[in-house]
Amino acid sequence: MAKLMRLNMTDRSVTVEELPEQYKYLGGRGLTSTIIYNEVDPLCHPLGPNNKLVFGLGIVAGTAAPTSSRISVGAKSPLTGGIKEANAGSTFPPALAAMGVRALVVEGQPQDDKYWMAYITWNGEKGEPQVEFLPADEYLGRDLYEVFPELRERFGKVSIAGIGVAGEFRYANSGVVFDDMEGRPARYAGRGGLGAVMGSKGLKFIIVDRKGAPGVEIVDKETFDRGRKKLTEALLQHDITKPKGGLNTYGTAILVNIINEAGAFPTRNFSSGRFEGAAKISGEALFEGNKERLGKELYNHACSPGCIIQCSNTWYREDGTELVSCQEYESIWSLGANCGIDSLDVTGELIRLCNAYGLDTIEAGCTLAVAMEGGLAEFGDGEAAIKLMHEIGKGTPLGRILGAGTATTAKVLGVTRAPVVKGQSMPAYEPRAIKGIGMVYATGPMGADHTQGYTIAPEILGVSGKVDQFDKDKAALARGFLEATAFIDSTGHCLFIAFAILDIASGFEGVVEECNGVLGTNWTMEDVNRIGREILDRERAFNEAAGISKADDRMPEFMKLEPLPPHNVTWDIPDEALDAVWEG
Amino acid sequence: MTVYVKLFATLRRYRPGLGVGETFPVELPAGATVGDLLRELGLPEEEVKVVFVNALHREPDHPLADGDEVGIFPPVGGG
Repeated sequence: MAKLMRLNMTDRSVTVEELPEQYKYLGGRGLTSTIIYNEVDPLCHPLGPNNKLVFGLGIVAGTAAPTSSRISVGAKSPLTGGIKEANAGSTFPPALAAMGVRALVVEGQPQDDKYWMAYITWNGEKGEPQVEFLPADEYLGRDLYEVFPELRERFGKVSIAGIGVAGEFRYANSGVVFDDMEGRPARYAGRGGLGAVMGSKGLKFIIVDRKGAPGVEIVDKETFDRGRKKLTEALLQHDITKPKGGLNTYGTAILVNIINEAGAFPTRNFSSGRFEGAAKISGEALFEGNKERLGKELYNHACSPGCIIQCSNTWYREDGTELVSCQEYESIWSLGANCGIDSLDVTGELIRLCNAYGLDTIEAGCTLAVAMEGGLAEFGDGEAAIKLMHEIGKGTPLGRILGAGTATTAKVLGVTRAPVVKGQSMPAYEPRAIKGIGMVYATGPMGADHTQGYTIAPEILGVSGKVDQFDKDKAALARGFLEATAFIDSTGHCLFIAFAILDIASGFEGVVEECNGVLGTNWTMEDVNRIGREILDRERAFNEAAGISKADDRMPEFMKLEPLPPHNVTWDIPDEALDAVWEG
Repeated sequence: MTVYVKLFATLRRYRPGLGVGETFPVELPAGATVGDLLRELGLPEEEVKVVFVNALHREPDHPLADGDEVGIFPPVGGG
């Protein structure tokens, strides 16, 4: 029997109830978005008492399904003013799922400014999770790399979710941090300022000790196992997801060179699609650099239990000590090429600081790039970028501006080249040169977000077919990806299974069978887009009630006016074509 | 004619010693296609997924021209 746990931070009361009927077949993003749609006033202040922070476990979370230790975090976003889901892989999801919890809702607001930790353990006698609130004052204002080991020292080998100083400062650019398998504060539900929401509820950490927890109930083991095997086969077979395949060898950083080659690698605040320093910050450079510094080839590791793709890298300093894990494509791009920086040692340090302070790396890099364009530093000046990052971490007046994200910084500095949609900064794919992802940025409910519909797969990578990156007729493509992705986001699987299951049909069937096995449903492939669309319709209805209309499903003006080298293309998709994504 | 080639990711092992992002020249007869180049380089068909010529996605039957810049990729993915 799946459970819904509520932590009320007004009086630190806890309820554990059976997951209501209306949520029984939902998980992950489907669950977080539906709860927010049902329970949160779209006009509430995101940092006020009426917003809720929802942690949603996926349908197969906590089971033996491969690559399924993901968690969704949702709320009304302080960054976009609309609905938000951010997603992370960690030890935390299976730990909480093992207690039978599918949703954890943090609601209310303390009347004072004290912070708390929610320490969740399994009560074997009562057969349910129990929560103890402990003061968190000693951990405030501190580097998460120092605090996480202290928490493990104090509580043992527990799973941790929480916020850094960014959440304490209520930055619109603040993520929810989760631990990786080595206990680092390095996995983030990064986008959209959810750390600030958690901070506004006086909650610093959620700590889960899964000792004694019974595990997840599966209604139909046979169906589940059949599905799990099909998916596993697909993951082991596909060139991108297989052991020693693309992701295991180079991680996501492998995309640097291909997106750069395509002329779609946003450089120096989206002023060009090619970066002359791209090769130096690529996945290949990372692999070779580690090889030189360590004297051996280093393949990547899993961010979370049960992942068989294992794409997380680690970057080492010249002296052979670890600098940071990991340098993802998005982070290398935003803090590297988009800032004109071509050193993995610099991007590594900037990423480490984002992790330490509690920031989303994508938003942070775009903010710094806008700051550079606004004259606060030179493009390419790594030392200056690091100094600005420290301003953010210390909460100086300048830091407060930068911590509010790209759009705010651009407004303060009078910079018109602000690469944002619905207030959220764009990720590492130039929409002028890849039209489909641009349509996803514009029309998706999350704001400029690539993981809500990764059309890059067919547009550049040759996965799920091949489509011309400049072809403008992509409303159906964008819609299809948005819908299928909302479904995958609800299963609890890492989105990277998509590379395999979009090419290997039995893999996708396997995912559906896994869900049927856990839930006792009878879904087929025909239900995938339907279920995804239902989730999206709720998200869009929330946004509309929050004051976000189709007038916000648009790209920034500068992209319509400025041709982007090397292809010299502008954003030229007419508004009607964008509206066709939802109205077609 | 001469084309200028870059090999990426796992394909780099077909050119030991090649630096990351380093370009090397390849001499080809006039009228040669992308497919001819791949054969010339000894790259197994199943290992090549995406080829860019002058920043544009091209198929094996695309004819090359003198001075073309070619980037060759195996299957890669990310986020």
